[in-house]
Formats: sequence, structure tokens, C-alpha cells
Amino acid sequence: MHLAYPAVLSALLFCTGLYGVLARRNAILVLMSVELMLNAVNLNLVAFDVWLSRTAEETLHSGQALTLFTIAIAAAEIGIGLAIVLAVYRNRGTSDIDKLRDTAEGPETDGPDGEAHAAEPAAEKAEASA
Amino acid sequence: MTTTTLAYLVPLLPFLGAAAGLLLGRTAPGFVRPIAVLPTLASLVLAVLVAVRQGGDEAIDAATELTPTGSIPIELALHIDGFAALVAVLVAFVALCVQIYSTGYLQDDPRYPSYAALISLFTSAMLLVVYSGDLMVLLVGWEVMGICSYFLVGHYWETPEARAASLKAFLVTKLGDVPFLIGLFALAVDAGSFRITRVLGAVASGGLDHPTLIALLLLAGVAGKSAQFPLHSWLPDAMAGPTPVSALIHAATMVAAGVYFIARLLPVFQASSAAMVVLAAMAAVTMAGSGLAALAQDDIKRVLAYSTIGQLGYMTGALAVGDRGAAVFHLLSHGAFKALLFLAAGVIIHAAGTNSLAAMSRMGGLRDRVPDAYWTMTVALLALAAIPPFSGFFSKESVLGAAEHVTTGHTEHVPAAAGWIVLVVGLLTALLTAAYAMRLWLLAFRGHGTEAPDHGRQPLTMTVVLWVLAAPSLALGGLAYQSLPGWFDGGELTPTLTTSVLGTGLALVGGIVTYAAWRRTSTLAARVPLGAVAAHPEGDAAQVEAEAIATHEPAYGDVAHAPDPADPGRLLLGPLHRHAAVGFHLDAVYSALFVRPVRGGASLVRFLDREVVDTYVRGAGALPRWLGAAVRRAQTGNVQTYVSALLAGTVVLVVAAVLVATGA
Amino acid sequence: MTLAAAATAVATDATSMAAESPGFLSPTGVEIAFLLVGVVTFGAAIVTVTTRQLVHAALWLVVTLGGLAVEYLLLTAEFIAWVQVLIYVGSVVVLLLFGLMLTKAPIGRSPDADSGNRWAALTVAVATAAALVWVVVDAFRTTWIDLDGAPAGSTEVTGKALFQNWVLPFEALSVLLLAALVGAIVLSRKAKADATATTASVPGSRSDKGGAR
Repeated sequence: MHLAYPAVLSALLFCTGLYGVLARRNAILVLMSVELMLNAVNLNLVAFDVWLSRTAEETLHSGQALTLFTIAIAAAEIGIGLAIVLAVYRNRGTSDIDKLRDTAEGPETDGPDGEAHAAEPAAEKAEASA
Repeated sequence: MTTTTLAYLVPLLPFLGAAAGLLLGRTAPGFVRPIAVLPTLASLVLAVLVAVRQGGDEAIDAATELTPTGSIPIELALHIDGFAALVAVLVAFVALCVQIYSTGYLQDDPRYPSYAALISLFTSAMLLVVYSGDLMVLLVGWEVMGICSYFLVGHYWETPEARAASLKAFLVTKLGDVPFLIGLFALAVDAGSFRITRVLGAVASGGLDHPTLIALLLLAGVAGKSAQFPLHSWLPDAMAGPTPVSALIHAATMVAAGVYFIARLLPVFQASSAAMVVLAAMAAVTMAGSGLAALAQDDIKRVLAYSTIGQLGYMTGALAVGDRGAAVFHLLSHGAFKALLFLAAGVIIHAAGTNSLAAMSRMGGLRDRVPDAYWTMTVALLALAAIPPFSGFFSKESVLGAAEHVTTGHTEHVPAAAGWIVLVVGLLTALLTAAYAMRLWLLAFRGHGTEAPDHGRQPLTMTVVLWVLAAPSLALGGLAYQSLPGWFDGGELTPTLTTSVLGTGLALVGGIVTYAAWRRTSTLAARVPLGAVAAHPEGDAAQVEAEAIATHEPAYGDVAHAPDPADPGRLLLGPLHRHAAVGFHLDAVYSALFVRPVRGGASLVRFLDREVVDTYVRGAGALPRWLGAAVRRAQTGNVQTYVSALLAGTVVLVVAAVLVATGA
Repeated sequence: MTLAAAATAVATDATSMAAESPGFLSPTGVEIAFLLVGVVTFGAAIVTVTTRQLVHAALWLVVTLGGLAVEYLLLTAEFIAWVQVLIYVGSVVVLLLFGLMLTKAPIGRSPDADSGNRWAALTVAVATAAALVWVVVDAFRTTWIDLDGAPAGSTEVTGKALFQNWVLPFEALSVLLLAALVGAIVLSRKAKADATATTASVPGSRSDKGGAR
């Protein structure tokens, strides 16, 4: 099988996930898009592992091991991410990302209060770009 | 104590009194009056002591150089000759009288502490000018007087007249002081020193390169300070200040500083005959013009102010004919009787509740209300009109005699033309002086109509001072004209027969003509009611005067004159009256020549600053502001936008890196 | 550009490397299956990120993840495929559905599922896709995976690799999972405590939270 097929599919899936992260409003949908991106990476890892194990006689199977690790980490990430989203939802009554704008430049967004509010969107951002 | 130490103490004591008065004025109100009076008294005693020890002999010179100042040294120097000793006595004497008078005059004034301190400071500055042997130190006193004058004229700063007058006094004298300063520098450069003795030595050895230029520059400052034409216009307006201030500053001492300065440096002026002729012309215009203007004034103090200008004209006239003895003699006697005139006028204004002669002429029995002021003012007016044997007669005759002496061409330094100018105009002014003195006396004390209001007796401090001053006005001239030459240059001060007869005759003619005119017009006075009195006649004298000044313009239409058909001056002057009343339109000329161009320039500068310069400034600020607004708009707080921008940038970078790596 | 690169790749393949690696024009059966499943997977992914019904997005995600499991199988990585089915389809999607439920996500079409950032997102995504596909195709157009012989990802092989060479990272990963577990619990409990405080006084709770962070 041509390596190009899984590679291109993985690239396309990654970009789909990327679009989802940037365009979706609901935080849980953003998390789904993050899963898509992770899976695209997994596909890449598996494909290259299979290729290298045949071509280069590579016996470590590092690709597959890393894929397993990624799956585990993705599971952890989705747990933490959902917990954060739930916390935000309880505090703000919404889980729409574009309504969490405490870091916006505004006429009266200064002082320690504004900084305290900046914590959640920062966490969201870290999650979204993970 | 040596005479030098005493002489240093004379200006120092009032200065310390001023500092103490300013410091303690609020915290210890009970000490303010002693602090004001006692240093001046001590200063007078010391000045008399210095004068006695000096005795008209060799001049006392002492100097210390405090610190090196470059090429031409500035020294703390004394130069006390007979002139300095006697003028210092006069200054201290008048200042003491004014301080005592002020304690009664400003009895209830809340600003009395600062007022008294400023009077003390002023006295100190004048004494410094008198004693100083160094031109730079003299200039210090000269300028301190200017600023004190500004504050004191503006004492009633609640009234717009006082504010305008204080500014005008300050600006006009400064206008003269700028050329004065340049003249001093030029003189020092030419002579190589600021010391008066060395300057005079350099003049004697012909060391001056530009005598005419220096003399004319110095003359500008003198004209400003001594209120000579064309810089005299501040003095009549300065009457908006309290009467004691007018007496001290604008009659007896400050205006005398200019005359005294020329007297000190007379050889410098004599080195240039052009300067002497200019001085003579200046004196002549001042004398004649002020005499005419005084006839047309309605405010009693403005009459006296114009009379001061005229008498100062006599002094500069005497200097123009090279006789400084006569000039200082007239300065001394004038200082005494003019201070008396002003202080008596203050009493009259308090009693009458108005400063308008037109209102006083419709008030009967004013002289019975203020008998002290009536008698002393009569003496002073006779002295002013130069009627023998009052002191003004001797001093004025010495001036006229000196001028007559010059016309015969016996003097080497002074052109005969100057002598003729001074003599002719001086005689004419004697006529005018007698006329306006007579008019003042008749209008103030010979009024008919309703009885003057009775406010009780004037404070003792005010009336005693009048009698103290009346003594020198009466007798100084007669007693002193023989002994004074020993103090001065030794020139003859005895009246000569020709000028005495001419001067006295003209003065009598002026008085009689005015009396005749008054007899004709006084019948009119009853038919034309006119006048207004102060709102609070029971207040202290300063309050009454401030109200009188403030109401003059609303009541009579002008601050200087009144539309009174019963005024003998109107009959005497005829068509000239209209022009004389406003000081021959000099203020209008100044307004057209200086004020309006300056205002135009100011509005042009304002336009340039607001519209042109500010446009650039605003433009420079606007660009960053727009940039900032654009950048701020990017800070939406939406995380997705940030990540989009981040990833877009990453893609661009990656593509660029790939392209570079593959060499595409 | 990608297409052009692909076309040139095909042309060069046909001429020089025809002997070693088969061309794209004569696909094998595995390739055809991979392509078909890939199209389905990709389509499901597209629907996942574009649908307006939030629950449907989760369900389409199931299709995508399942499709990927099939692709793993086609690549002979069978253990990974089952793990994918177990963990992703089995637990992650269930978790996501719980999340949707707990945040009271609307059932049915919600018109504002996409934020205003949509067109910028589309631009960035398409540009990224173009760049990635171009680079990947340009780099691997001639590479061939030999799928014959023993499967590369059987459970035995994977288990040996994992517990011989990767045992230490594996244990570290278990610690990580434990930390994530504890973290999720702490976050949820904290949020609960805050939620009770919020009903009492809103500003007070915010300052408390800021201090806690």
C-alpha cells in the first residue's frame, strides 16, 4: 500500500479537526475536534510504524507504543477538559467559548478582578491548542 | 560705632522690620504697629546721626567686595556725601510720618500687616539707593522700589482701577528700566567700574567713549521712575492706591530717586550737551503739561499727582542747567510739603466721603470739620505756589536763579538754550502752579451747600503728623538756604532779585486770576447739583477712600475729571480743558502705538499656537492613537481568534521554511 | 499545486520506479478498501465539525473513530484497532455525551453552533491542508508499505514491544492517568462548592475562586 494514502488521510483529518477547534462555539464540540486531531496523529504514527517495521526491520514498534500512550493521554485529557467545562458552565451558565471574553481590551477591564477572571479562558486556550 | 556702621544700619533696620512684619503679621497682630514704626524711627535717628557726623565734609566711602563677579567687580559700597546724608534724612522722616499716619488711616484694614511691611521694605530700598556707592547695588534698591510700588498701588485690589493702575505703574517704570540697565552696563564698561567714585573719576579724565548714548539710556530709566514726560502717565493713575502710599512713594521718595540719581551722576550727563538739552526739553514739557492737566482734574489726589510731576520737572530742569544743589534743595522742600499735601488730602477725603473736588465744592463747612488739615494744607499749598516766606519759594527760586545764571552764558558745561528753556517754562509753570493750588484750596474749603457730614475728630496719629510736617513746609527753605551750600557743591542758593520778583508776581497773578474765575463760576455750583459720597462714611479712612475711588467713574463718567460747569479750571483753560482733563490724550497715543500692536501680536501668536503648532502636535498624537485603537480592536478576548491568528502565522512560517529548504 | 505535484509524482513513478513500487493507477484491493473507508471517515469527520445538531456531532464522531479503527486493521495494527474501539468509541464518546448532557446542550438544530470565527477558521484549515498534503505527497509519493507476511501490530508483537522496551514509560503513564483522575475529581468537587456559594453571593464566590487559583 502506498504510504501516501494514510499520510494524506491523516493530514486531511487533522485539518478537519483544526477547523472544528477554530470554528465551533460549544466547548465540548471543540474537545471533539481536538480528539479528531489526536486521531489523525495516531493514524500517522501507526502507518509509519508499519512501514518502518517492514522496511528498516525496526523492532521497537515505537510508533504503536506512542499511539497507545497518545490514546491514554487523550482519555485523561478528555476527562480533565470536561471537568473544566463543567466548572465553567456552573459558574457562567454557558459553555460557549466566544462568551468567555474576560481578557478583552475594554474601558474598565483592569485591576486584580480582571486577572482572576482571565484564568478560565487561559485554561480553555491551553486545552484548545493541545 | 563708626559712621560707616551706622550708615549700613540705616537701610538694614527697615528691611529687618519688613521681614519681621511679614513673618509675625498673622501670628502676633499686636506687634505689627511697633514693628512698622520703631525700625523706621531708629533709622531716622541713625540717618540724622550720620548726617551730623558727615556734616557736609569729605564724602564717606566704604566698600567690601562680597564675591568676585568677573571682569567688572560689584561691591557693597557706601558713598555718603552731603546730598546722600540729607536725602536719607528726608526719606526716613517722611517714611516715619507715613508709618505713623498709616496706623490711623488703615485702622481696620485686614491687610495692614503686609501693607506696613511693604512700606518698610520700600523705605529700606530707597535708603539703599540713597547711600549706595555702587551702581549695581543701587539698581537692586531701584527695582525693589518698583515691585513694592506695584504691590502698594494695588492695595485696594478689589477695585478694577487699582488693579489696572498697579499694572500700569509696574509696566511703565519697567519700560524705562530696560534702557536704564543697558545704560548702566555701557557706563560700567566705559568707566571700568560700577563704583560711583570711579565712574566720576573716569568722566573727569574724559574716559567715556559714548557719553550721549549712555546719558540718553539712563534718562529713560529716570523718566520712568521720576514720572517725566513721556513716561509720566503711570503716576496720576497710581493715585488709586491708599493716600499714605501716594504720599511716600509717589510724592516724596520714589519719584525723587530718579532726580537723585541724575544728581549723583551729573558729570556723566554734562559730558554730553545733547543730553542736557534733551533733559531741559523733557523738564519743560513735563512742567507745562502737568500744570495744565492739574487744572482740569477733579480727583483731589490726581491734582496733587500732576503737581508732583510738575515739581519733579523743576528738579530735572535744575539738573538740566547743571545745578544739582538747587535740584536737591527743591527735592527736600518738595518732599516735605508734598507729603503734607497728600496726607492732608487723605484726611479731607475721609471727612468728606468723596475724592471729587466738584462734590466738595458743593459741601459747606468742610474746613470746620477738619481744622488741622485746613491749616496745614493752606501752608503746604502756599509752599507749593512758592509764596515767600514758605520753603517752596526758596527752593524754586534757587532753580530759577540757576537757570537765569546759565542764560547769561557763564557756564562751560551747559548750553545757554537749556537755560532759556528752563527759565521761561519755569516761570510759566509758576503761574500755573499758583492757579491750580488756588483752585484746589477754593474748591475744597470754600464750598457752599449742604453741611459736610460730621464723623467726629480724625485719629490723633493722623493730625499730629500733619503738624509735624507743616513745620518744614513753613520754615525749611528760609532756614536752610544759607547753610545748605556747605553740604552741597557750594553753589549759591540765595534767591536773586529778578527771578524772585518775576516768579512771585506770576504766582500772585495766577492766584488772583483763579480767584476771579471762581467768583464767577461759584454761583453756578448751587444750580448744578452734583456729587456722591462713599457708602460707608463711618468706616476707617482707607475704606472710605477705596469706595470713593471705585465710585468716581460710575458717578462722573471718568476716573479723572467731572462734568462740572462750576469748575474755575474750565473757565480758565477754555477749549484746552477737554484735552488737559485726559492728560493730553497720552494714554490714547500709547494705546494706539503699543497696546494695540502688542494685542494684535498676541492674538497672532495665539492663533499660530492654537491652529498651526497644535495641529502638528495633535497630528503627532493622532497617528499612535489610531494605531493603538487598531491594535486594541484585535484584543477581543475571544480565544478562537487568537488561535486562528497563531496558526495562520505558523502556516505561513512553515510554508516559507519549506520553500527555502527545498530551494524553490 | 497539490494535484500538480501528485500528477508529476504519478508520471515519474510510471517511468522510473514502476519496477519496485506499483503506480497509483493500478491499486490493490487493500488500497481500494482503505480509500473507501478513508472517504467515509473523512466525510464523517467533516459532518462532525459542521453539523448544527450537537448530539449528532458526537454520533458522527463515533463513525469517524470507527472508520479509523478499520483503517488500523487494514494497516495490520489490530491491537491498536481494538484499543481504539474500546477507549474512544466506548468511553471517550460516552464521556462527551455526558458532558453535552450536563451542560444542557440543546437537542435538535441550534443555529449558533458555529462562532463568528468561521471564515477565518476555514481559511486557516484549508491553507494548512494544502501545505500538509503538498509536503506529504511530495515526500512519500514513491514509498510503499509491504503488508504481506506477519502482521506488524498483532497483540503479541505489540505486547512484547510494550512490556520489554516501553515498560518504564508505561508505568509513568499510569501515574499520569492517576493524576488526571485525581485532578478531574478535585475540579468537579471544587466547582460544586463554588456553585453552592454562587447562589448566595456572586462577587464573593469569584474572589474566592481567584484566591484559590
